[in-house]
Amino acid sequence: MIDSASLLAVLPELILTAGGLILMLVAAFGGDGTARIVNALSVLTLIVAGVALSCSLAHGPDAFGGLVRADAFSVYAKALIYAAAAAAILLAPRFFSTDSALRPEYPILILFAAIGMGMMVSAGDMLTLYVGLEMNSLASYVLASFMRQDGRSSEAGLKYFVLGSLASGILLYGISLLYGFTGSTAFDGIAVALGDGVGKGELFGLVFVLAGLAFKISAVPFHMWTPDVYEGAPTPVTTFFASAPKVAAMGLTVRVAIEALGPAGLDWQQIVIFVALASILFGAVAAIGQSNIKRLMAYSSINNVGFALIGLAAGTPAGVAATMSYMAIYVVMTIGAFACILQMRDADGKPVETIASLAGLSQSRKGLAAAFAIFMFSMAGIPPLFGFWAKFLVFDAAVASGLTALAAFGIAASVIGAFYYLKIIKTIYFDEPTGAYEAKGGAVENVILTACAVVIVLGYLLNPVLDQASAAAAASLF
Amino acid sequence: MIGLQHYMVVGAILFVMGVLGIFINRKNVIIILMAIELILLSVNINLVAFSAFLGDLVGQVFSMFVLTVAAGEAAIGLAILVIYFRGRGTIAVDDVNRMKG
Repeated sequence: MIDSASLLAVLPELILTAGGLILMLVAAFGGDGTARIVNALSVLTLIVAGVALSCSLAHGPDAFGGLVRADAFSVYAKALIYAAAAAAILLAPRFFSTDSALRPEYPILILFAAIGMGMMVSAGDMLTLYVGLEMNSLASYVLASFMRQDGRSSEAGLKYFVLGSLASGILLYGISLLYGFTGSTAFDGIAVALGDGVGKGELFGLVFVLAGLAFKISAVPFHMWTPDVYEGAPTPVTTFFASAPKVAAMGLTVRVAIEALGPAGLDWQQIVIFVALASILFGAVAAIGQSNIKRLMAYSSINNVGFALIGLAAGTPAGVAATMSYMAIYVVMTIGAFACILQMRDADGKPVETIASLAGLSQSRKGLAAAFAIFMFSMAGIPPLFGFWAKFLVFDAAVASGLTALAAFGIAASVIGAFYYLKIIKTIYFDEPTGAYEAKGGAVENVILTACAVVIVLGYLLNPVLDQASAAAAASLF
Repeated sequence: MIGLQHYMVVGAILFVMGVLGIFINRKNVIIILMAIELILLSVNINLVAFSAFLGDLVGQVFSMFVLTVAAGEAAIGLAILVIYFRGRGTIAVDDVNRMKG
């Protein structure tokens, strides 16, 4: 039965749904001229939904008979998702207005994707998981091909659609097997059945489900769509793809692995370890030869997902907390880095994407160059920047649960990864300038950039809050 | 007597055909859309068969959701295909290569 407590537990989703639908009507009746106002109102809707998270937490953790969980974990992930989605909306107008592609559908699609992502991280049942995942994916396919006139954008959308649908199909097939062999689609029901022993059928289902989820977090060997989609999609959309859906898919993976497949921990641990190692190594090595900065960021995200998975491989509350902290810090770094990339415009204001064009940026745009350097150093995991702390946490958790070899390998591979981040800094600071850049960045970009840079530099002051929130989120899963 | 195994085998065959349809097919993207539908149908066969076998309705409810989402997915896939065709004038799989990878 639908009771008011359940409805209050999903209040953020309800607010986003109502906001998205109303704004869609505004856009339909007002035309493209409403783009800026719809943009602003979408951000407002996300903020209101973010505030409503506290109400959702108060009426959790179970809603709709266990279909939806409103626990500390989902609230933590949703706060990150909403913040990243809001940043992606705020960063968009300046980029799209140069191509006169500023349309109100963009923020609305992001709102709908945010609803789906919210459902993903608060799923308590395979059914909610699937519907949430598809809601996010369907909105994302459209977003990837948002610049209809641009050949690369529509190709990115097509590739994302085909491979994303395949991933959903694989995931669904795994769900159907798990359902058949455990007799339940609820996470706790599956866990109870797996507790009696893991047979062949369950194992097949588990592998298929993890393969589908690995696709969504773009972990090796299911990463092949990432570079193409990141390169082809408009840059604000890439910003979005690299941040919010990553958190949602990672949150979903963690929840499924711990809550539903927890009793089969030994079976999925080896898969997660392999996927983590392969992602770290491949992300680091394949990024070296890239000349397009968005493609490079795609490999960087594959690399980062590998590190985050190390925390999950540990399988302990500390490990899960480390993964969630990693994702929080990763989102800040990524949005900051993309706010820099969005400012890469030549003297006429046309966006450029090659790494070579960054040469000599330190002479023309000192502030931007410094910000770029901060984010790259942080991604490379160089102390005292916050990115180091993220890596430290996951390695610490891995060592604490006896995965010393995994941690050692991860540290070695992060040195390889540092190479291409440092190469960008070298291009910015030590290469001869090639072409002039636009003299001044947009106000919104600069504000987001500065905020992210401050968090990355002074992040250690946030540690008590972040640690406590991650620990509470992790504790709600066990 | 047709048992659960038969349904599972049919489901598995359809699933493999769908996956191969995506990877082996070199002709055009419409066939890929059909292959995706095939995968979703194989899942539905599995779900309904398990549901009947277990005497549990959840599987059939689930398959209804899958059908609904499949319809939405096909609509969006075709829409993306149309804008792709407008820009490029072809939907051959081998031509989807503006970006390397």
